[in-house]
Amino acid sequence: MRVMVFVKATEDSEKGLPPTTEMTEMFEAMGKFNEELVNAGVMVDGDGLKPSSFGKRIAFDGASRTVIDGPFAEARELVAGYWVWEVKDMDEAVAWAKRCPNPMPGPSELEIRPFYEMEDFGDAMTPEIAAHEQMLRDKLAGE
Amino acid sequence: MAKAATDDIHRAIEAVFRIERARLIAGLARMTRDVDRAEELAQEALLTALTDWPRTGVPDNPGAWLMAATKRRAIDGFRRSAMASRKHGELAREMDEADDGVAAIEAGLDDELGDELLGLIFAACHPVIAPEARAALTLRLVGGLTVEEIARAFLSNEPAIAARITRAKKAIAKAGVAFEVPRGAELAARRAPVLEVVYLIFNEGYAATAGPSLVRPPLCAEAQRLGRILAALMPDEPEVLGLLALMEIQASRLAARAGPDGRFVPLTAQDRARWDRLLIRRGLKALERAEALGGADGPYALQAALAACHARARRAADTDWAAIAGLYDRLGRVMPSPVVELNRAVAHSMAYGPDAGLALLDAIADEALLRRYAPLPAARGDFLFRAGRLGEAKGAFEAAAALAGNEREREWLLERAAACAAPA
Repeated sequence: MRVMVFVKATEDSEKGLPPTTEMTEMFEAMGKFNEELVNAGVMVDGDGLKPSSFGKRIAFDGASRTVIDGPFAEARELVAGYWVWEVKDMDEAVAWAKRCPNPMPGPSELEIRPFYEMEDFGDAMTPEIAAHEQMLRDKLAGE
Repeated sequence: MAKAATDDIHRAIEAVFRIERARLIAGLARMTRDVDRAEELAQEALLTALTDWPRTGVPDNPGAWLMAATKRRAIDGFRRSAMASRKHGELAREMDEADDGVAAIEAGLDDELGDELLGLIFAACHPVIAPEARAALTLRLVGGLTVEEIARAFLSNEPAIAARITRAKKAIAKAGVAFEVPRGAELAARRAPVLEVVYLIFNEGYAATAGPSLVRPPLCAEAQRLGRILAALMPDEPEVLGLLALMEIQASRLAARAGPDGRFVPLTAQDRARWDRLLIRRGLKALERAEALGGADGPYALQAALAACHARARRAADTDWAAIAGLYDRLGRVMPSPVVELNRAVAHSMAYGPDAGLALLDAIADEALLRRYAPLPAARGDFLFRAGRLGEAKGAFEAAAALAGNEREREWLLERAAACAAPA
């Protein structure tokens, strides 16, 4: 399954990137972690995002569109970076996420969200195919 | 502790173990030169972790912890074994000396992680193993799939797959295969079967050769993962990158390949909005790197370049068929095969008209390898149809439908035959 892992923003990350020693060490640890993800075939994509002061929001209400300039309040609801991982299940995603070095100087949070997959679109599976698959499975189990 | 909480902890530990399992088995197989023993030891390490970790928490470097725990068990095992040969005794002593606490092992692990895993992959795909068993063994040892999962993936049954894996392990033991990455000239020779195994697994998922469903995405995902591991551990091998590019780009079409009713949708009729742009981007990047490394004319890189031609066309009508025909000409030279010739005929028919395709088909009409190959009459039917020879086209489509192994594909071919009888 494919998951997106969000690195949540913090007040520090929203301020930009003062290159402290602590940050350099974190980047080093993060580099190693990323390498591990790549070597395990788990990493599909990933990148960091600039603080929300560089961002814009488009608010919809009926036909109206309002553009709101960043920065946005509620730093912890914002995203500072993301990965896309290919994992077997959510347990594996959690196990990898726990291995991640703390991405921020203070307390911080990762959020894992699975993508919709083909199997989630049940209409692709006709009753005949489902029945046939079940029959095959029963047959295999019986042998 | 409540049962639900214990279950959660056990599931979390098993997930950590799954991440480490292949590398653990790789290290243990190298040490014990016995895959069965390596698997047993890894399983014992899991049991130890399930006992210890709920109390102590998951260690910072679980891989090193598991390896250390298993090494100790392996050494004890060697000592206890009355059958232990002198060689094993020496090995145990060596390991004792090397075992200067977890730190030393961690350092060793860091150095050799990739190398050990790669050694395991090379062993599982070794030419001494029967080709159909290589895929099963690789999925078991490297992919961590259960025998049941492998049986389901290959629409086989568990005893058959279990027997296949056992035979494969015996072949490895009998030939004294080392769990090492081959060097020099041997590396080149041994790399080909590794790539073959990965692509075979991918294809079994992508173009299911039998059974009711057209694609089996989990098998594709497993093959892509193996491909990504190989590309990470051998970053300068153009054909590894070529294979990865090929799989990423082909997999980008998985969702579009079957229609809402589960039926086969040919490339030119697919809804390209459903193609996975992320995988296409990854595939094009890997292909670019393969070409930059001088591998543009490798068989996998050429196939990836072909897939890339389709991926770059936003609409089917934008497809550069002349470029595709040219790539097939090159592929036919480096990888001569009747199947490539068939695809070459299709490409030429699209670039230069159905008669060009029919002329190329005539050259391979008598190939024994294609006698029961549905795509051959299917292509002929298509060329004849486009040339306006509907009666002959109908016969060709019906012949193709009779040979199709996949029910979804058969339905589609019969539909095309029906369309010949009553042209719209």
